[in-house]
Order: sequence, then structure tokens, then C-alpha cells
Amino acid sequence: MSTETLEKEVKEVKKTSEPLLSKKRKALLTNPLDEDNPITIQVLGICSALAVTVALKPTLVMAIAVTAVLVLANVVISALRNTIPNRIRIIVQLVVVASLVAIVDQVLKAYSYDVWKELSVFIGLIITNCIVMGRLEAFALGNKPWDAMLDGLGNSFGYAWIILAIAFFRELTGSGKLFGVKVLPDGYIGNGVMMSPAGACILLGILIWVIRSRNGYVED
Amino acid sequence: MENLLNIFVKSIFIDNMIFAYFLGMCSYLAVSKKYKTAAGLGMAVIFVLGITIPLNWLAYNFLLKEGALTWISEDFASIDLEVLKFIVFIAIVAAFVQLTEMAVEKFSPSLYNSLGIFLPLIAVNCSILGGALFLPTRDYEFIEALTFGLGSGIGWFLAVVSLAAIREKMAYADVPKPLRGLGITFIIVGLMAFGFMSFGGFELPFKNKEQQQAELEKTSQDTENVEEVSVANFSE
Repeated sequence: MSTETLEKEVKEVKKTSEPLLSKKRKALLTNPLDEDNPITIQVLGICSALAVTVALKPTLVMAIAVTAVLVLANVVISALRNTIPNRIRIIVQLVVVASLVAIVDQVLKAYSYDVWKELSVFIGLIITNCIVMGRLEAFALGNKPWDAMLDGLGNSFGYAWIILAIAFFRELTGSGKLFGVKVLPDGYIGNGVMMSPAGACILLGILIWVIRSRNGYVED
Repeated sequence: MENLLNIFVKSIFIDNMIFAYFLGMCSYLAVSKKYKTAAGLGMAVIFVLGITIPLNWLAYNFLLKEGALTWISEDFASIDLEVLKFIVFIAIVAAFVQLTEMAVEKFSPSLYNSLGIFLPLIAVNCSILGGALFLPTRDYEFIEALTFGLGSGIGWFLAVVSLAAIREKMAYADVPKPLRGLGITFIIVGLMAFGFMSFGGFELPFKNKEQQQAELEKTSQDTENVEEVSVANFSE
């Protein structure tokens, strides 16, 4: 028994002596941007990717909100990972995430009311955003808080750049604007297809095509 | 009755959970590879939506809404617990799903084998929580909320079953390699969404957006009023 704990301690010491940004940890941060992207490869968090990306501004706010929730939830769950009973872990995770989302919702309502109005139910739906639950289940429950934080940051950046790319094309072609400022000449007639969620679906399909033909990922 | 029929048809076809709001996409894409599993999950979603939406309606109208606690005492008329709606809604959904799973496992093992494995997935299905979160923005009666829940579930069922049917046929198509799987599925979903749009009487998406905005403005006015009240309380 005592040797076991001793070994464990030695292991712990070894682990903490790992540099804060070792190669493995850098991979946690950079992999989700491309070859392990939450949207295009892991197929998580699609609902909000399609629904909020009509314009860049709400999309940016959504990306920041998801980053805040995912990083904090990852750290909290990872810190609690040894005390959560396995059987009720889903409910514990949901409660932690729901509390964080309630805070984010109130902050947005206070400081950015217009965007909060525009995003309406989709702030609340961060709770069931599969990226959050997926990362909690797959990573935070088995890793230390610092690693979990890096994983959260990496995945939310991977999510953010995809939804920002979609929003960029949708706002540009749909209304000729970027961040609400007109960039295309006055004669440009907005493309209604791009404003509808169906257009977002097709755009995301094409984006996935481009990304996968670049990094060579093939399904099945 | 006409009103109920209206809500029912609207929630199945026009405001379809998948094609109009894109809620529940993760499990929609994940289980639509085979027709049989898709039908199983679709059934489970109808069942869970049909029960949790009325439950959440009760929670919202008798617990969370401003002045909802007056049935306990008149003194509580100014209490507004809407901040807690996320936690309450998700707790109700998760608890109900867990209970159903246990009940089904005990009383009907055959149903559990066909449906049971999908039940835990449903707790984190956006369409369930999304449906509940629509409740505060729409002034439904109890029976209307029940109709809305059932209709949304049936709409989700139709969407998932039809996508699964298409994807089974897709197995024989020669799709470019990087587009296989997720990519082509998205494009199909987009095209199906265009098809479902025609149920809106061939309305252009602009018009839908205007209607949504009108709805949003209405709700924001309500919340502004609420804010004014709370600010007034604060300054006192």
C-alpha cells in the first residue's frame, strides 16, 4: 500500500515537472484547429454553427461565450474529477455547465443587450452544445486542470474559426456587409439563400469538403 | 381546436426543429446512418418532447415566471426567478430521461433494447432544451404547450427518418472521397431544408426573419419592462 502511494507520488512529481507548454500540451492546443477540429472532424456543436452565423457580430459573441463556458467547465470538472461518482456524472456536468451559462447569459444581457436579443435561445443552448459535453466526457474527466484548460482553449478556438469563416461568407454574400459595415457596392443585391439556415448547411458542407481534402481525412 | 391544429401543423412542417431552427443536429447526424436506429431515436424524441415540454411549461408558469409564485402567497408577486430557467429546465429534462430509462428497463426489456440505448443521448439533444427555451417567448396555454411538444417531436422524427432513408441509398453513390460522410450529408440536409421551406407557403427567408424579429422585439419589450422594474427596486 505504502509503496503504491509512494509510486503515485513519484509519478505526480514527474508529471508536474513537465514544462507548462511541452510538445504534448502544445498539441492539445493546436490539434483541434485542423486535424481534430470539433466541427469538421468530430461533428460536435453543429446547431449553433448553423443557427447563429447570419452575421459576424453575434457569431463573435457566441464564440467568446462558448470559449468562456468550455474553458471554465473543463477546469471545474477536471478539478472535481476524483470526487464525482461515475453514475451521476452527466447530471453533475449539466449542473456545472448550466450555472456557467446562466452567468454568461446575465453578463451578455447586461453589457451587450442587442446581441443577447439576437442570440435569444442559442445562449441557453450552449448547455447542450455537444462540444462542451463531449470535451467534458472525453477529456476533462481523465486529465489535470491545466491540460483540461488547454484542451478547452484549443477546441473552442477550433470551433470559433469555423463559425467565423461561415459567418464571414454568409454576411458578405447575404447582405454585402462585414460586421454591419457595407463593403460591397450599393448595387449589390443580397443573396437570400445565404441568409437562410439552409444556405449555411450547404456552405458548411463545402467548407468541410475543402478542409478534408487539405488534411486528407476520409470517413469510413 | 383550430388553434391547436394550427400549432400542431406549424410545429411539424413550418417550424420544423431541424429544418427551421437546426436544433438537435448532433444526434441527427450521428444516428441517421441506418433507418432502424433513426426511427428508434425519433420515437424516443417524440416521447420525451411530448412529456418534458408540458413539465417545463408547469415549471415556468408556476415557479420561474415573474409573479408565478403568487399561488403560494401574494407577497411573492414581485419575485422573478427567470435567471434559474437554464438549471431548472435541464434538471427536469435530465431527471425525466434518467427515470424513463430506469422504468423502461424494468418494465419492458424489449422496448429497452430497441429504445433504451438512445435515451441517455436525448438528455443532451438540443431540440429538447431548445423546445423548452422557446416557451418563455411564446405565450402558450398548457394544452397548446403539449401540442407544440408532440408536434415538434413528430417533425424531428420525420426529418431523421427521411435523412436516414436518403443516406442508406447514398451508400451506392460514388461521392468524392473528402466529401464522403459529413460533407455530403450537410449538403443533403441543406437541400431538404429548402424543400421544407415550401411548407411555409413559398415564403422567402427574409419574410421569416422579419416575423422572427417582430417576435423578438415583442419579447424584448417585455424583458425591458422587467428590467425597469428591477432597476427601480435597486435604486430604492
